[in-house]
Amino acid sequence: MSFSWDRVGAILQKELRDYRRNRFVIASMATLPLIFVIVPVVQLLLLKVSAGSPKFDTRIGLSLLYMLIIPAIVPATLAAYSVVGEREQGTLEPILITPIRREEFLIGKALAILVPTLGIAYLVFGIFLGVVALFAQPGVESAVFEGSHLLVQLLFTPLLAGWSIWVGIAISARSADVRAAQQLGTLASLPPLGIVALMSFNVLTPTLGLALGLAAALLLLDVLGWRAVAAMFDRERLIAGVRP
Amino acid sequence: MPETRQTRATQTAQDVTSGGPATEAALVAEHLGKRFGSRVAFDDVSFQVGYGEVFGFLGPNGAGKTTTVRTLGTLLAPTSGSATVAGIPLSAGNGQAIRSRISIMPESPGLYLRLTVAENLECFARLYRLPDPRERIERALRAVTLTDRANDLCRSLSKGLRQRVALARALLNDPAVLFLDEPTSGLDPVASREVHELITALRDRGVTIFLTTHRLEEAERLCHRVAILNTTMRLVGSPDELRAQLFKESLEVRLRAQLADPGSVLGGVPGVESWEAKPPSSYLLTVPDPDAAAPGVARALVHAGADILSITQSRHSLEDVYLELVDEDVEAKRR
Repeated sequence: MSFSWDRVGAILQKELRDYRRNRFVIASMATLPLIFVIVPVVQLLLLKVSAGSPKFDTRIGLSLLYMLIIPAIVPATLAAYSVVGEREQGTLEPILITPIRREEFLIGKALAILVPTLGIAYLVFGIFLGVVALFAQPGVESAVFEGSHLLVQLLFTPLLAGWSIWVGIAISARSADVRAAQQLGTLASLPPLGIVALMSFNVLTPTLGLALGLAAALLLLDVLGWRAVAAMFDRERLIAGVRP
Repeated sequence: MPETRQTRATQTAQDVTSGGPATEAALVAEHLGKRFGSRVAFDDVSFQVGYGEVFGFLGPNGAGKTTTVRTLGTLLAPTSGSATVAGIPLSAGNGQAIRSRISIMPESPGLYLRLTVAENLECFARLYRLPDPRERIERALRAVTLTDRANDLCRSLSKGLRQRVALARALLNDPAVLFLDEPTSGLDPVASREVHELITALRDRGVTIFLTTHRLEEAERLCHRVAILNTTMRLVGSPDELRAQLFKESLEVRLRAQLADPGSVLGGVPGVESWEAKPPSSYLLTVPDPDAAAPGVARALVHAGADILSITQSRHSLEDVYLELVDEDVEAKRR
């Protein structure tokens, strides 16, 4: 039997319906981005440093970095819950009994996390840009709207989310406890932000070539992450807790 | 109905990868075993289940019943032996084909509690890629008489109703073999009776059911044949066959008063192999053929001047059979 996007869609739809009615998910998806948009906006609105100074660049970089924390942090909790959570509530076995392939299950789960994450991340970034355009000093506005900054944001948002999702699902597939999985997942989602931080703070000059190169590296990590998760997703281990 | 299922399963068997002849049975296990490291979950399990049969799988806690179901359902890989499920050889390559032909209702319903009943079923109908899913969902809900609760959130349902939703989910794909793992576990008597009625209705429709339970009255009432497992397979047969294998036929005689010399009265009756007194004034007679022996017993007792209250064929329950076997295992372990 071949790969079925219909089965992927079934998992995706089920997950989105579940999130919509889950107060914890709604609250965490709303609260975290709110924090990460208020802090940088306030910082930029109060910024009175002259353009071109190192402190100015640092402030701009820090504000934009906040925007990239959203796609790294928001999916981590959901991804870490995705497998171990189903196991804990007893819903994993009925799913695995169906003809679903592990790839279909995992892609369905990943898309269900990616779709709202991208929606939230780009929405928050849009709000951030809007506020900066309307209320920030002209020098701040032009620095934020610099092409390379926008490119970093647009390019790295899905890639960081992808990394965070696969790491979270991998941890979830190997964990026996939801809370431990979520804490580990959040921690593990942060390292790629280091590179982005270097670019945001202009330690690495964010040229188009460098941005694309790093994006390609992150994409490769995402693909490797997917492969690793698919390989470690073992029905027997998930059901019996052991592998002979 | 069974013929249709059999034909379809045979066709499916021809499509799968590892080949092998399709069998006439819905389920065949041959010396099947599963170990987790050095721990034996079950070993040397062999049986056959025909299409349309309700097969009970009994055993104490930890006997390996659920692991057997999970192995036959391709969730766990066997470590020894072979099996054919819904006409398809059990192998890693055939997992998806087998899972599309069977259903398992686990002990815990495992419903998405924030989804409605219909949304739960819709998800699974899509996972099975069923044609006309709405019609299938309605049919499954009708089968468990839950049509009016389709739009209720599952978290608002009682435990018994959740079990019925899980049964509806298991019926969605019209399975060639339906595995029910402890379907009445944790249910109150009323909810248990409702589940029994649903299983009876499925049995009457010719659905092949593999029922694991440790409720013996449930197995006796619902199953055509039962197997008793205690890590290894102990017995397989109809409840009557199991009784006959373990216990000799007997007559229970109740008198108003004890016989003065029971040996002389009962010992010489044709067809009575042995007897034992059951105080205060009853006797249990071992007989190869109760119908043939009963008139002679009555005549001998009347001749001895006894006042007969009743002569009945003593019938051992499935529980007696089960306890006899489990006790044997306990004794064997002690030795």
